[in-house]
Amino acid sequence: MSLTLHEIERLAQLARLQLTPEQALDAQQRLNGFLGLVEQMQAVDTTGVEPLAHPTAVMQPVQLRLRPDVASEPNQRAANQASAPAVEDGLYLVPRVIE
Amino acid sequence: MSAAALDLHQMGVAELGAALHARQTSATEVAQHLLARAHAHSGLGAYLALNEAATLAQAAAADARLSAGERGPLLGVPLAHKDVLVTRDFPTTAGSNMLQGYRSPFDATVVQRLAAAGAVTLGKLNCDEFAMGSGNDQSAYGPAHNPWDRTRVPGGSSGGSAVAVAARLAPAATGTDTGGSIRQPASFCGVTGIKPTYGRCSRYGLVAYASSLDQAGPMARSAHDCALLLSAMAGPDLDRDSTSLEQPPEDYSRYLAQPWPGASASRPLQGLRIGLPREFFGPGCASDVLQAVRAALSELERLGATLLDIDLPRTELAIPAYYIIAPAEASSNLSRFDGVRYGHRAAQPSDLLDLYQRSRSEAFGPEVQRRILLGTYVLSHGYYDAYYLKAQQIRRLIAQDFQTAFARCDLIAGPVAPSVAWAIGAKTADPLAAYLADIYTLPASLAGLPGMSVPAGFGADPLPVGLQLIGNYLSEARLLQVAHQLQRVSDWHTRVPQGF
Repeated sequence: MSLTLHEIERLAQLARLQLTPEQALDAQQRLNGFLGLVEQMQAVDTTGVEPLAHPTAVMQPVQLRLRPDVASEPNQRAANQASAPAVEDGLYLVPRVIE
Repeated sequence: MSAAALDLHQMGVAELGAALHARQTSATEVAQHLLARAHAHSGLGAYLALNEAATLAQAAAADARLSAGERGPLLGVPLAHKDVLVTRDFPTTAGSNMLQGYRSPFDATVVQRLAAAGAVTLGKLNCDEFAMGSGNDQSAYGPAHNPWDRTRVPGGSSGGSAVAVAARLAPAATGTDTGGSIRQPASFCGVTGIKPTYGRCSRYGLVAYASSLDQAGPMARSAHDCALLLSAMAGPDLDRDSTSLEQPPEDYSRYLAQPWPGASASRPLQGLRIGLPREFFGPGCASDVLQAVRAALSELERLGATLLDIDLPRTELAIPAYYIIAPAEASSNLSRFDGVRYGHRAAQPSDLLDLYQRSRSEAFGPEVQRRILLGTYVLSHGYYDAYYLKAQQIRRLIAQDFQTAFARCDLIAGPVAPSVAWAIGAKTADPLAAYLADIYTLPASLAGLPGMSVPAGFGADPLPVGLQLIGNYLSEARLLQVAHQLQRVSDWHTRVPQGF
């Protein structure tokens, strides 16, 4: 399994990254190098093995909790927007989306 | 420098706590002394941010609590935080240009808990960008230098934390460990560090890398000091971290003064069975590391422990499994950096897509971009089953192998890393070589088990070597007990690099 430059560019687009031609080549080389390492994994028979998403599920059943659906935090809009790169009137600014 | 001032930075957490209680020094005096040292040794690259006014205000508050008669093991004790834990009083960059100058509106739970216990924050510590790296050479703010040899890496990703503790810039620090990021730098710098069971310490306010693996923990100069910090850091945070364990808070120092159950004071580890995975002692590990690890194991044997060979047959598979699962989760977690709500924003974007793409490409470093691409690939349509699900199946097999091993032994020991610290830059151009060097720390990370690095002497050149101890789930207090018994009869953890 090895990735073509075209596939690298497609991945970059999916990941919202913009690669220079040099970066794309570098990424292609390194990802393909890594995928070689992954081959050994494909040789392992995992038929019937349940994927482990939450590590301590091995120790005890994991039940994801839900909080009561009530407002527990005060309004902190000003504090939360203090590090935003562009805000106006409490709103985040983005480039025009609809002409 | 006066003799008294010299002593302050050589004192560990427990010692400082005792001196503060006895009013032999004050939190303000200790903080001032260590801030001066941080400036004097800024060339080590340990700190990314200091805020003297905030530190001294915290110290004054601790002094007021001490004056009012309040007592606590961390009250007035200074420490520093890895820069992936968000803090109100200091900027949080996660070692990335993406978050240059970012100020969190809240403190991470572990930061807040240590502050509530009276610990004084000295500053924020260097790390690999978004904790992705094992040499601290992937920080956007330059490398941190190993105080034992400044041309060597301190390890990573919690490199700044290990440097600060080893160079006596702070008695203790927080670190985070996703695939070895506490244990490996602790090993490379000769300090003690523990990654708790996944879910022990809240991930609230920990800048997310790989959420099913990320875990915070303490780094300090002894197991005793780590136990004091962990007791304050850990505990349920059920409303803020959905994977926080529902386990009551513990005093992790409770076994330190005791022998192993059933043992006597003269042979305090009698009855302890330590499993040595054959896969950790093979030709892949440098002989100087193996020699130091075996010497430390002999000390444990002299204390009464029994050593036995065990197998962790899927150790090698931990590398591909980890480097699929972690980048997959990272690619999802890091999608939040969009140039809109926080972080770097590209100048004059032509449209929304241009804003996203340029903001991210301009601000993420090369290793972060590689891992995002890899993660995007393994999660993409048509490959998800072959890579991500397969890796999670292997993750379960690795976790089951540990349970098989723990039927025969109480804890597992081996090297932390296959070599001592490498030269800065040696693996920057070859990330695959750096991935392979994570082999001994990744299995416990994937299984969510607690693991420690305990100083075990020196290898070539001479640079520190760490002994890794891996326990079963929730066994941190026992791990710390065994490490403490070793530190009672050895002095490796007390060694100070020359000039510090």
